[in-house]
Amino acid sequence: MIVYLLKRLAVAIPTLLVLIVVSYVLIYAAPGGPFDTERVLPPEVMANLERKYGLDQPLVVQIWRYVVSIVTEFDFGPSFQYKDQTVNEIIRQGFPVTLTYGAWAFAVAVLVGVSLGIAAAVRHNSFLDYLAVGVSIGAQVLPNFVMAPILTLVFTLWLGWLPGGGWQGGQWSYVVMPVIALSTSFMASIARISRSSMLEVLNSDFIRTARAKGLPRRRIVFGHALKPAMLPVISFLGPAFVGMITGSVVIDVFFATGGIGQFFVNSALNRDYPVIMGVTILTGALTVLFNLLVDLLYVWIDPRIRY
Amino acid sequence: MVFLFGRRPQAAISGSRTDRGPDGRSLWQDARTRFFRNRAAVTSLVALALVAVFALFGDLAASWSNEEIDWSVLGNVAEKGAPSLASGHYFGVDELGRDLYARTVQGTRVSLMVGIVGALISVVVGTFYGATAGYFGGRLDSVMMRIVDVLMAIPYMFVLIIFMVVFGRSILMLFVGIGLISWLDMARIARGQTLSIKNREFVEAAVAIGVRPRRIIARHIIPNLLGVVIVYATLLVPSMIIYESFISFLGLGVQEPDTSWGALINDGASQMQYGTLWQLLFPLFFFFVTLFSFFFLGDGLRDALDPKDR
Repeated sequence: MIVYLLKRLAVAIPTLLVLIVVSYVLIYAAPGGPFDTERVLPPEVMANLERKYGLDQPLVVQIWRYVVSIVTEFDFGPSFQYKDQTVNEIIRQGFPVTLTYGAWAFAVAVLVGVSLGIAAAVRHNSFLDYLAVGVSIGAQVLPNFVMAPILTLVFTLWLGWLPGGGWQGGQWSYVVMPVIALSTSFMASIARISRSSMLEVLNSDFIRTARAKGLPRRRIVFGHALKPAMLPVISFLGPAFVGMITGSVVIDVFFATGGIGQFFVNSALNRDYPVIMGVTILTGALTVLFNLLVDLLYVWIDPRIRY
Repeated sequence: MVFLFGRRPQAAISGSRTDRGPDGRSLWQDARTRFFRNRAAVTSLVALALVAVFALFGDLAASWSNEEIDWSVLGNVAEKGAPSLASGHYFGVDELGRDLYARTVQGTRVSLMVGIVGALISVVVGTFYGATAGYFGGRLDSVMMRIVDVLMAIPYMFVLIIFMVVFGRSILMLFVGIGLISWLDMARIARGQTLSIKNREFVEAAVAIGVRPRRIIARHIIPNLLGVVIVYATLLVPSMIIYESFISFLGLGVQEPDTSWGALINDGASQMQYGTLWQLLFPLFFFFVTLFSFFFLGDGLRDALDPKDR
């Protein structure tokens, strides 16, 4: 197990380094510096500014300093656009918001998706099954940036039940639509995956044996079939997580939640490089960490895996 | 990413089929027969053809260009700019008084192009990459696939946005950026298939008579990958379209006066409280129809071509 963990870390750490280096080089190569304003600054001022932020050093030194300050002090540097804030402060401000509805959306997607999939598989070819398949096909073409306007149209403009945006410290009425918009398409994928894998497991020999022994269906489904049927779902959790992190950018912007995605897009439009990089690296690190957890969960559930 | 919709029962068809039967039908003929029996897939194909015709020739039917501003409706778009045949604005006008029909044609072109180019890049790069890694195996394979692993673990949407910010937001950059990430899944799939093909007799025979590896990959491995590759390429098109729309929805993708479905949906969504719902619904309609069709088409092709289902 320890060896396996180390092996996974051997992929995880280069991934993060590649991410940091690639994004730094990209931004370094970008035309137009962070201090280009409409008024041309005198060269002395420019040089001072560059010295202050360490931008006069060679590229390798800059990257090295950046990585070191992240690793040792968890410091992503100052923001160019919000002069009085560091990237850390921006992350601290926006991240909890995104995390709140993101965690809800993830839980909803997994719980509803898996239940729907299992119900459809257990009652194969019934009305419920067709309903589940239909819903999951429909939801496939409802990515978050389509769901968000549709939800707002129905619940805010037509019915007037829910506020169309804002956060208000996370009151439930402000959280509902972000959660639904973010989770729908992943819920559909999870339902589809768990349905087909559950069907496969229910047709296997050991389930037939269990049935022949006269076990009640509840015990067959939850005691025997559930665990092996969850394996494909678990391997989908990694991509789903990445998708949700990405999707949260749209949610943050559309619902103006004040989450991290809003800062990200704002910075992208204003070329505020430290913020862009900080957010990218943070999400990259989260993704890597999450994938690691998913892998460990996988090994834990599936005893057949030798590592 | 795999878009499984569940499998259709194939027993009735495959029962009558034999690989070396006396009538000697080829793999492709077989696949065609099976494909055309799948009504959803054929309907999707027709729908996609219609969308393509709309994208290619739609502007011939337009009475306004996509850049012209109709000054007579500007300022009162909600009442005067609604879809009507009389004014020539079949889909109404957008918030700036431009003809939405012409804009939708333009956006459809861009979105379809992004999808198709992304899928093409993934077919070319991914297939060769995966086939090479799978065929040579050993250390080369593990290095090549580790690279894919690393790239896949990156939240590429963020990197793509950085890319667009750094190199300017143009359609070309969008193609390049999406092409950079689109081949990863395909490389994995191609590698997996290659691993099972490379131990077959005909490859052994080719090795025995001294054919060079590069030729074996090009002439023996890749043709046998094609079925799977086509299926996944079809399923990649909609996900590429979704990526592009996602970025354009955020306003970080195509730039005015260019447009795409994502940008149009965003425009429509930002105006919907003013009672100009058509601005949201027309682009959404094309988005839905195309995505649905590609998914069903891919599903039908998989049933027809994917050897895993036999």
